[in-house]
Amino acid sequence: MKKSGAEILVESLIREGVNVIFGIPGGAILPICDILYDSPIKSILHGHEQGAAHAADGYARATGKVGVCLATSGPGATNLVTGLATAYMDSIPMVAITGQVPTSMIGNDAFQEAPITEITKTITKHNYLVKNVEELAETLKAAFYIASTGRPGPVLIDIPKDVQIKETTFTYPEKIDLKGYKPVYQGHPRQIEKAVKLISTSKQPLIFIGGGVIISGAHKEIEQLAKKTNIPVASTLMGLGGFPGDNPLFLGMLGMHGTRPANYAIMESDLIIAIGVRFDDRATGKLDRFAPHAKIIHMDIDPTSIQKNVKVDIPIVGDIKNVLEHMLPLLKPPQIKPWLEKVKKWQREFPLTYPDDDILRPQYVVEKIYELTRGEAIISTEVGQNQMWAAQFYKYTHPRTFLTSGGLGTMGYGFPAAIGAQVAFPEKVVFDIAGDGSIQMNIQELKTAVAYKLPVKVAILNNSFLGMVRQWQELFYDRRYAMTDLSKNPDFVKIAEAYGAVGIRVEKKEDVVPALKKAMEIPKCVFMDFRVNPEENVFPMVPAGESLKQMIGGMA
Amino acid sequence: MMRRVVSVFVENKFGVLSRIAALFAARGFNIESLAVAETDEPGFSRMTIVVTADERLLEQVMKQLRRLIDVIKVEDMTEKEHVDRELVLVKVNAPPAKRGEIVELADIFRGKVVDVSVNTITIEITGAEGKIKSFLSLLRNYGIKELIRTGKIAISRGG
Ligand SMILES: Cc1ncc(C[n+]2csc(CCOP(=O)(O)OP(=O)(O)O)c2C)c(N)n1
Repeated sequence: MKKSGAEILVESLIREGVNVIFGIPGGAILPICDILYDSPIKSILHGHEQGAAHAADGYARATGKVGVCLATSGPGATNLVTGLATAYMDSIPMVAITGQVPTSMIGNDAFQEAPITEITKTITKHNYLVKNVEELAETLKAAFYIASTGRPGPVLIDIPKDVQIKETTFTYPEKIDLKGYKPVYQGHPRQIEKAVKLISTSKQPLIFIGGGVIISGAHKEIEQLAKKTNIPVASTLMGLGGFPGDNPLFLGMLGMHGTRPANYAIMESDLIIAIGVRFDDRATGKLDRFAPHAKIIHMDIDPTSIQKNVKVDIPIVGDIKNVLEHMLPLLKPPQIKPWLEKVKKWQREFPLTYPDDDILRPQYVVEKIYELTRGEAIISTEVGQNQMWAAQFYKYTHPRTFLTSGGLGTMGYGFPAAIGAQVAFPEKVVFDIAGDGSIQMNIQELKTAVAYKLPVKVAILNNSFLGMVRQWQELFYDRRYAMTDLSKNPDFVKIAEAYGAVGIRVEKKEDVVPALKKAMEIPKCVFMDFRVNPEENVFPMVPAGESLKQMIGGMA
Repeated sequence: MMRRVVSVFVENKFGVLSRIAALFAARGFNIESLAVAETDEPGFSRMTIVVTADERLLEQVMKQLRRLIDVIKVEDMTEKEHVDRELVLVKVNAPPAKRGEIVELADIFRGKVVDVSVNTITIEITGAEGKIKSFLSLLRNYGIKELIRTGKIAISRGG
């Protein structure tokens, strides 16, 4: 029996195990929406396609499955761009489906035509313009395979309207063979042996984890590695949750707003075991002064990450979980007692702190969210100070519980991402830790949260500034607060109420805990407007372009 | 900075050329020449790309090229034993009095006269870079009116 392109698409999605799709319809995607209407796939209607893309991304980060979003041609498709770039930078598996004008009209500047495959070429792992309905099933199979394997990433499929309508016989391929795409999963045994030798003779080793650990599902192996060798662990922003934040060997995040113990350890270490990281400049500080005394072992599935920013002594290309499974039984614990004592001393001397007074401070809010959720919530963040405080003052103990735009740093990411995570886990507590600037970049998604009864909690750390930018202006631009004043913010409580959500304003420190408790009891989306200290800064801090030793602030 | 000849074997899918060009462009590389056509195997093409680049940056671009789904193989030919050739069509000023000289020059370089008009001659020449360079520099004395080249193509020596 013949099926239309739209039917083939929806059946293929079902075969790939997709049960929810985030998007906004339009003329060029109507045939697909019409088939979705009767399908078991749930569709979530968003307020803006960027919101749909981030929701698919949040869903993917929280579950590890491929997130799927959908948009119409032209402006619908271009509105996905920031969402795709965000997912691409953080290696998130996503499939975006866009409608396109009919094949006969492509290239004619037709109504709502945009060359979305051209536009997204460098911000997707791969993309397709499907010109024949006969290619559709195979393209979908390839798209899901590419998105979810190797170093994952978003894949876009652009489907002209006539291809959605045309019919052909449907067979879904069981397997796919792509000549130019063969991810390497097994680490080279000789490289692994070399690494084992180096680890066992090291004196001041440090495990340095990144987002790759979470993508690979290697958190258990990392824990075993640390347990077996007693080597302390530092993490990038993206690696948080890859190793229990409450484990005594955990030094916290490193980098620009990392902890002193983590950054000092990097600078004094003689061996860095870098796992699933890409040595981003926010993590390394000034590159030529990064880890000056250390040899570097680098495990990553993506050869392009290796030797890109720092010179690596032992590269191991492969899936981290797989590599560690081979490595663990061979390991002999190194003799590192003096090093551990040194590290312990730093941990005692330099905990993350903030003034303990009556002022309502953002760090306190984050700390209380951690305590009240017992670290069992899924936390998303916006970008800026809120993101850094969420990283510093909440201890992530499970992978896939911290959703943040690390690579692109996209303001407006957190709220829709939290919506996507809540769709995946209706029973879990999901918080978006937000800034008053960022939340206004996708605030229209309140409508989505209300319509689908998604009880996302949004904790706005409202400092009436574009806080992180203001902090830089305070420190490096003589307190000239150009374009960062948000004192004319709207009333967030009223906005929430107007959408049918709940709003709570908190102005005093002692009201934080009761407000959080109340919010967690309300089975609805809640906006909490925490009026925090306006000129609070994120400390400690390594000024851009300095080495990790050059830390300012944050001392008790 | 060094001049490099990169050979890329690709599946001839829609948009593959622009994907590859975009990678070089994103790194600020200027592609000096790029030649591409289908191989003996239908559906597969080989490209030869010449760029001047910092070695480390180029290493990175080659890795990124390998990461493209439609790219099957990437080789830096510069350091390998290889043969490279380019084809050039050049139209040169040739008043009747100079015609003989120019044709003689072309002969020496195994060029071929492919068109003659009252005041010009068009010559086809193929060869490695050095030969083409010296030939063109000689022709410049007469005044080159128009020049078009295919860009370099390269193949490795031996099996
Ligand atoms: C889409 C986007 N635009 C601009 C920026 C630059 N930027 C980084 S942090 C920041 C301020 C964020 O302010 P707010 O959301 O209020 O958070 P805060 O830093 O105060 O916690 C800005 C404008 C960005 N990261 N993303």
